Amino acid sequence: MTEKNTSADTLIRLSAAQLAEKLRAGDVTAVEATQAHLDRISAVDGKVNAFLHVNAEEALAVAAEVDAIRAAGGAEAEALHYLAGVPIAVKDLIVTIGQPTTAGSKILEGWHSPYDATVVERLRAAKMPILGKTNLDEFAMGSSTEHSAYGPTRNPWDLDRIPGGSGGGSAAAVAAFEAPLALGTDTGGSIRQPGAVTGTVGVKPTYGSVSRYGAIAMASSLDQIGPVTRTVLDSALLHQVIGGHDPRDSTSLPEPLADLVAAAKTGNVEGLRIGIIKELHGEGYQAGVENRFNDALELLKEAGAEIVEVSCPNFQYALGAYYLIMPSEASSNLAKFDGVRYGLRVLPEEGPMTIERVMGATRAAGFGDEVKRRIILGTYALSAGYYDAYYGSAQKVRTLVQRDFEAAFAQADVLISPTAPTTAFPLGEKLDDPLAMYLNDVATIPANLAGVPGLSLPGGLADEDGLPVGIQLLAPAREDARLYRVGAVLESLLEAKWGGPLLAQAPDLADAATLETQEAK
Amino acid sequence: MAAINRDDVAHLARLAHIEMSAEELDRMAGELAVIVDSVKSVSEAAGDDVPATSHPIPLTNVFRDDVVGHTFTAEQALSGAPDSDENRFKVPAILDEA
Repeated sequence: MTEKNTSADTLIRLSAAQLAEKLRAGDVTAVEATQAHLDRISAVDGKVNAFLHVNAEEALAVAAEVDAIRAAGGAEAEALHYLAGVPIAVKDLIVTIGQPTTAGSKILEGWHSPYDATVVERLRAAKMPILGKTNLDEFAMGSSTEHSAYGPTRNPWDLDRIPGGSGGGSAAAVAAFEAPLALGTDTGGSIRQPGAVTGTVGVKPTYGSVSRYGAIAMASSLDQIGPVTRTVLDSALLHQVIGGHDPRDSTSLPEPLADLVAAAKTGNVEGLRIGIIKELHGEGYQAGVENRFNDALELLKEAGAEIVEVSCPNFQYALGAYYLIMPSEASSNLAKFDGVRYGLRVLPEEGPMTIERVMGATRAAGFGDEVKRRIILGTYALSAGYYDAYYGSAQKVRTLVQRDFEAAFAQADVLISPTAPTTAFPLGEKLDDPLAMYLNDVATIPANLAGVPGLSLPGGLADEDGLPVGIQLLAPAREDARLYRVGAVLESLLEAKWGGPLLAQAPDLADAATLETQEAK
Repeated sequence: MAAINRDDVAHLARLAHIEMSAEELDRMAGELAVIVDSVKSVSEAAGDDVPATSHPIPLTNVFRDDVVGHTFTAEQALSGAPDSDENRFKVPAILDEA
């Protein structure tokens, strides 16, 4: 590093787009960039616990390959993807050859997938070094990462607080400068809510616009893979790497989205109608969250957008419908963890050794409490006599939520709300109260039910606790480009106000008290 | 809608193949009762005239081209299995001896 003019500390703070430019200009090599992030992981991940597995050897090999191609020049160097050599972290719900995939569960401890997810194949095709696999709530079930079987991830802004969930590992890795980019999955807010509470950007794409092949399914009609980054442009760049039709996912949309990177570079919102969703702010939202939300509206108005108010009266039923549909689909999807084909097998301590009893003992030992709760709830909602009242009613609410969105998008091009009702809460605070935990997702769930895209970006710090607040943008299905256009404009207006990125205000983890002292408090 | 009780949870746990201790059943019944109560309103939200949505963006007749693609070897398919024998998954007895 010494002969180069970019120090490791500068390197890890670059956006993916800035790093890509430096790589192309030859200011820095992919090996140096990858090593700088691996060093950062070594330095701070003992405190943050964002990574479940670090993939140093393979990542450095891919980086070296990119450097060799670039050094040789010619057609192959010309053909390198824009993000070639830019390292990335992958949520450990997404399967990878050559690295373990645990889904944050004991039931898959030590399991290696024999295949790559489609999104991982696309990262490899772009020659992006994969730094490792990030922590999550077990099978992506949670809003705090506390339901991981491998210990919680901690919020880089305050190590005693949650980083959100389920993708707290990906969001914290990006917020702590351990990776410039990460992949997440979002079933009810698992990309956007961690983005909000860690001061990062997270996008849930239109359902079907990114292949789910190789994402371990929680609720198949709601799950979607998406980007986790520090800037809106980086999310657009990553979305374009992983998106597009995949014949291996029967829900994959055949037609491509509009150019997302171009949308992020549009640079204006003049004349756009931006709709405030009456039901998704105000009562139940922390005052500091509401204040930053109002600041964002003011900036967009000054930039020439027209702010309108829309009403989505059926959103009041969205959380309830979600907590029937999601567990129903999860109970079915998780039936495959039976101690036969992969993962853990636990034998009953006594009595006859039948397969049925082995399954019961395996699932009892392998699944954590939240997973068991959702499987039982889903089994209940799908059982004879309750199906119509629960699952059937929830599917009707889904229609009503879609109709609310349709009506709202007739009045507005993009909708806006706070991403989460509060800033990051202390670890442990909601662990014994599942219902309180579920309420974190109240503003993010409607998008999953309707399949529309959503983006969360940092809106500033709440006055009362100095912690990040997220602003959520929502667009009609297939109109993801609108999110990037409005998101990038709002981001640049906010950064002008702050004098730089919000994460520049985060505490320096290298100086942070060690975990031991934090815990001793 | 009916409330969920401890016997229901015990029955559901059997259906879902999850062994649960007495203490676990007690706790789970209490927690699930609160959750089920909170989602009750869903059944009153929509009238009979509202159709159900099972999928956010429905696609129909999705087929891939009929070409031979990648297949796993037996070794790959068995690589994560807790037990195998002669290129097959090995499982405990299917039928109870009793």
